[in-house]
Amino acid sequence: MSNVLPKPVLRLINEFGRLPGIGPKTASRLTFYLLRGNDAGLAADLSAALAELSENTQYCTACHNITEQNPCEVCSDTERDQQVICVVEEPLDVVAIERSRMFGGVYHVLHGALSPVEGIGPDDLKIGELIGRVQQGDFREVILATNATLEGDTTASYLQMRLADTAVRVTRLARGLPVGGDIEYTDEVTLGRALEGRRELK
Amino acid sequence: MKRERSYRTEAIIIRRSDFGEADRLLTLLTRDYGKLRAIAKGARKPQSRKTGHVELFMRSQFMLAKGRNLDIVTQVELIEPHRVLSADLVRATYAAYVVELLDSFTPEEERQVAIYELLRDTLGRLDTSDNVRLVARYFELRLLSLVGYQPQLFYCVVSGEPIEQADQYISPEEGGLIAAAHLSPAIRARQVSAGAVKVLRFLQTRAWDTVAHLQLRDDLHRELEMVMHYYIQYLLEKGVKSAEFLYRLRRETISLTQNQPLSNDSPNML
Repeated sequence: MSNVLPKPVLRLINEFGRLPGIGPKTASRLTFYLLRGNDAGLAADLSAALAELSENTQYCTACHNITEQNPCEVCSDTERDQQVICVVEEPLDVVAIERSRMFGGVYHVLHGALSPVEGIGPDDLKIGELIGRVQQGDFREVILATNATLEGDTTASYLQMRLADTAVRVTRLARGLPVGGDIEYTDEVTLGRALEGRRELK
Repeated sequence: MKRERSYRTEAIIIRRSDFGEADRLLTLLTRDYGKLRAIAKGARKPQSRKTGHVELFMRSQFMLAKGRNLDIVTQVELIEPHRVLSADLVRATYAAYVVELLDSFTPEEERQVAIYELLRDTLGRLDTSDNVRLVARYFELRLLSLVGYQPQLFYCVVSGEPIEQADQYISPEEGGLIAAAHLSPAIRARQVSAGAVKVLRFLQTRAWDTVAHLQLRDDLHRELEMVMHYYIQYLLEKGVKSAEFLYRLRRETISLTQNQPLSNDSPNML
């Protein structure tokens, strides 16, 4: 294949191939779809979007989320409760929590979770930044919204330990039955937590 | 044991990684078929029936179907969640260490019930014991014995004479202790104190119930760890990732929390 195809085509196939979940076949299929130009302007739009992605994004110096402006929209929004901070692993978790429309505070993105297996330690994440922010700022509550996985739980317990000597209230997201969940198939840990956190019906 | 098209076994999840859109790739140590890899389809979605049963270090009952490359998890039910272990960074690090050693020393698809039971018991102990360092040392010595690397701690491996009550040398290359008088410069070895030798022998020959109550000084704990890590790294011919993570955790957290122990319930655990 390599000697038949022109260099720009090969280059794009190679670049696509660096993306997660894209193999050589998919990469060449995508490339040829763009090349054939059935969808007018797609290649141009795509290249403009890519250029903008690297030029116009940065990390917010307060919450470390990806943003166009610094500080980000959430951090500079005076309508939001700037005294409640929600700690998440990834920027996409912010999107998920915003979708719930139940949270009106600010965020802190760790960019990962502690993992002894992968060798990700406290210094690889934005943990020092979080501690500094809480110590210097005026916060009422820190909500630990890391994933309900082993890594997320160890990260939460580590943060709790590190925040113990501040006056701020530290909370963790509740755990229980998912919407549409079947009790029969729920694991005992989740079910136990669901029982612990049961609510009176009023 | 030959696997049927669909089979049932108890297993511990020793590794897991994301796979595809919402699947998980698991490495299982099964009781009946040894170490093998399996796919848990959809296990990353909260609504999945498998989600809460396939977390790292959990012990579960599995129904698996033989696939072309990887086996597929069809049903799974949690037996032991290790609740404490999975929320404590130090305990989880020790669990990662235990699992990494086991993974490095065992071949795939070879039934070894004794090794399975060792892992099951060790993870249970890491969940409940306050002396996780001792749990790790006990595990190391047992594992080495089970995979055929049991260090000789009673006779000098050069001369064959009984080891005296004094400081000695230990050599993974020669497979055990060497009396100071018989050590030659050609042999790679490390010094080990008389006190440490005593503890190692005790751990190697006694059951956990007897060992569990052992209280050791902090410096002895450090020496035992250094000796065992030295011995094991030589055998594996590579570093142990989670051991390095443990060192790093010590450096980072001790410098941060001078007067505050990492774990509230067990001060010197790290």
